Amino acid sequence: MAANRHAAHDAEAEPEQPDYSVLTDTGLKTLEDAENLFSDFSPERGLLFDLPQITVDASGIEQVCRLAKTEPSLDLKMLHCLSCVDYEEHFQLVYFLHSLDREQMLVIKTNVPYENPVLPSVAGVWAAAEWYEREASDLFGVTFEGNPDSSPLLLYEGFGGHPGRKSYPFYEYREF
Amino acid sequence: MNAEPVEMLLNMGPQHPSTHGVFRMVLWVDGEKIVDVEPHIGYLHRGSEKLCEGEQYHQIITLFDRMDYVANFNNELVYCQAVEKLMGLAVPERAEYVRVILCELNRIASHLLYVGTIGLDAGAMTPTMFAFRGRERIQSLFEAISGARMMHNYFRIGGVKEDLPDNFEQMISDLLPQLKEDVEESDRILTFNEIFLIRLKDVGGISAEEAIDFGFTGPCLRGCGVEYDVRKAQPYSVYDRFDFDIPVGLDGDCWDRHWVRIQEMYESLKIIEQALQQIPGGEVVSSLGRRLIRPPAGEVYVRAENPRGELGVHLISNGTDRPYRLKVRPPSFCNLSAIKRLLAESWIADSVVILGSLDIVLGEVDR
Repeated sequence: MAANRHAAHDAEAEPEQPDYSVLTDTGLKTLEDAENLFSDFSPERGLLFDLPQITVDASGIEQVCRLAKTEPSLDLKMLHCLSCVDYEEHFQLVYFLHSLDREQMLVIKTNVPYENPVLPSVAGVWAAAEWYEREASDLFGVTFEGNPDSSPLLLYEGFGGHPGRKSYPFYEYREF
Repeated sequence: MNAEPVEMLLNMGPQHPSTHGVFRMVLWVDGEKIVDVEPHIGYLHRGSEKLCEGEQYHQIITLFDRMDYVANFNNELVYCQAVEKLMGLAVPERAEYVRVILCELNRIASHLLYVGTIGLDAGAMTPTMFAFRGRERIQSLFEAISGARMMHNYFRIGGVKEDLPDNFEQMISDLLPQLKEDVEESDRILTFNEIFLIRLKDVGGISAEEAIDFGFTGPCLRGCGVEYDVRKAQPYSVYDRFDFDIPVGLDGDCWDRHWVRIQEMYESLKIIEQALQQIPGGEVVSSLGRRLIRPPAGEVYVRAENPRGELGVHLISNGTDRPYRLKVRPPSFCNLSAIKRLLAESWIADSVVILGSLDIVLGEVDR
């Protein structure tokens, strides 16, 4: 751990074989079901600490989310959180989905290139996605194709740049 | 004589007393009927998430105080839990109890503020004064414990800053009966008041399915009849040791949301009483928590039940002394995102009550 302490964290730098024993039975079943259901979208299984996680292609994110919501075995009716992370070479969108009836969460991740960050919107799947996506496009400049409203949400009209990005000047600090 | 229907534009906010902060709505109205709404947020956007990337782990606690600024302890708790989970840090049992007591007191304080403001929104001035008196009592206790009425900065990663003051038992045993009276008073004066019922019942209703679709959590979701509370479903801290109920509404309208909040205050009082009986002695902060914190590289997502709903924290560490990314999922943000749906086809006079019943805090909506 000490060796890679200063290495930039990256999704690919995660340990090769995560320990799936931290998952509950429902969690493991959700992970397996999701992997089978999303087989058309090159799913990769993983773990987000103690939550099951699936990485899919950005182009298929809308179909994947629609499946996750409508499929009774997953039943992920709530989009709990949509988080955008700037990994400097690419952006990662992290969808935290929640099933209230089954009391289970599933994390769906997708990567978009830094130069042209465009992916389909999921605002048609969950109403909650509209504001999350507008926030992510404000702060990170990610474009969600199909979002009904593309005007800035948190920033004012005409604000220059995307302040969430690592490259946005903020203030200088050094690690000690 | 026949008047032609004319659509009019009505601007509410950002400095409108009913918008609970700096929030602006543009209403398209046809007479007294609302045709469409365009909400504008972001007036309080301070870039808190980006700020977190530049601060050390201990320094971030103060930033969380300033997100939901009427439920500071609850906010601090979620952040501390996220870091503790990533580090695998055990919290002393006494600290867990102190946290629960303070969080539940803060829930009552926050709901009392809501009771006061919904009274104002519905046109009743007096309940505000009663509710604020109760809230003031809680804040005096908070001041005695942490030194601050609102921005406490009292929780630490691995526990709390220092032990409770020596006369805490005396203070809380004085406070609880008074608080119970204050809650009952607010309940009596408003909940089943005839005018209040007319203003709130069958206004701003939303079905459970739609509420889940919009990401509603907390009292707004439970008002729709969904029995879900993180404290029961995924007990964190020591919440699994207390006996309390989850109040649930029926119709998902403004009054049900109000009723759920009132009942939650009684449940919180129950939790505090049990916690005071069970609280053990000992340390209040883990010795590891006093050092410079460098969690191992990794990602974690933690959520907890705040007065307004579920606060989520997505924390990514790269092993340094500052987080790589910290995303906050504020409950008010999701609850407010449904404002367009809630206000459609309602009356202008109801818009104020509907907004008030969501109980938003713009500090956490905008971050």
